[in-house]
Amino acid sequence: MDVEAAKLIGAGLAVIGLGGVGAGIGNIFASFISAMARNPAARPEVFPSTMLGFALVEAVALYALLIAFLVLFG
Amino acid sequence: MGTGTATIATPGPGNRAWQGSVAEGAESPLSQFEISTIVPIDLGGVDASFTNASLFMVIAIVAVTVFLVGGMSRRAVVPGRWQSMAELAYEFVAGMIRDNVGTEGRRFFPFVFSLFMFILFANMLGLLPYSFTVTSHIIVTFALAAVVFLGVTVVALVKHGLRFFTFFMPSGVPILMAPLLVPIEIVSYLARPVTLSLRLFANMMAGHTMLKVFGGFVVLLGLLGFAPVLVIVLLFGLEVVVAILQAYVFTILTCLYLNDALHLH
Repeated sequence: MDVEAAKLIGAGLAVIGLGGVGAGIGNIFASFISAMARNPAARPEVFPSTMLGFALVEAVALYALLIAFLVLFG
Repeated sequence: MGTGTATIATPGPGNRAWQGSVAEGAESPLSQFEISTIVPIDLGGVDASFTNASLFMVIAIVAVTVFLVGGMSRRAVVPGRWQSMAELAYEFVAGMIRDNVGTEGRRFFPFVFSLFMFILFANMLGLLPYSFTVTSHIIVTFALAAVVFLGVTVVALVKHGLRFFTFFMPSGVPILMAPLLVPIEIVSYLARPVTLSLRLFANMMAGHTMLKVFGGFVVLLGLLGFAPVLVIVLLFGLEVVVAILQAYVFTILTCLYLNDALHLH
């Protein structure tokens, strides 16, 4: 197989993991909305943890992107 | 394109692989990350030149210093606007340490505060046109993460001595699980500087690369170029949020690691 073709296929395979990231981010914000609905006064308590969780899950998405770049341009 | 070696290809002056199939000398979305020397300094074979990266690190530090020293110069009991902002920044990080590390963590406030302000200002400065994002290079973020990791480990070893290694064996776990659990815990502990640095680096690099790619689309589409411009506006807003969020996440993870080091679960 052509190296270029293999690289493109590899990059495509690398980003399959982003499905899990989408589910994860949705999960975090679903919990946040649920917590806000049950106890609106707790919003300033819960919000920083939500942002931390979101950033940590987003980091996994960027790891996948990094691998895709490494495959494509390495 | 690239060499046959197994080295990790990163953007830099020596590695043309990132130029891809673009003609030599043409701009690519990744050429914004190239380091250019401003004042060449050679320390006996080691290249210690003053580069555009160094320049923007200096600018970030000068900006932080002016912001804080200038803000607090009046020392009013009822703060004006600038002093309020400086006190806000202080209180934000102090609150983070108080909530996540406890009173023993107050000794580390200068370090954590400097870390937070430097990363925040470095990220935000990269958003200005024609500027350079210092934190979009893995070596910079790795240096910061390595300092955090080594510092936290040294603090833990100094405080707890050899009892530090009980950290890898969570309490309440049956002894039979230990051969499986301890290596996993050790690997995840050693992965901390890697994930800490990679998270900040990947966020910054990906955001700026996307902005440049859409910038290319604007030129490509000519008359219909207003559509990518709209996307760039939205992406830019996202980039501002990501810049602040990543500084916050780096700092809060530092606080959490400090808490682990000081209190061993």
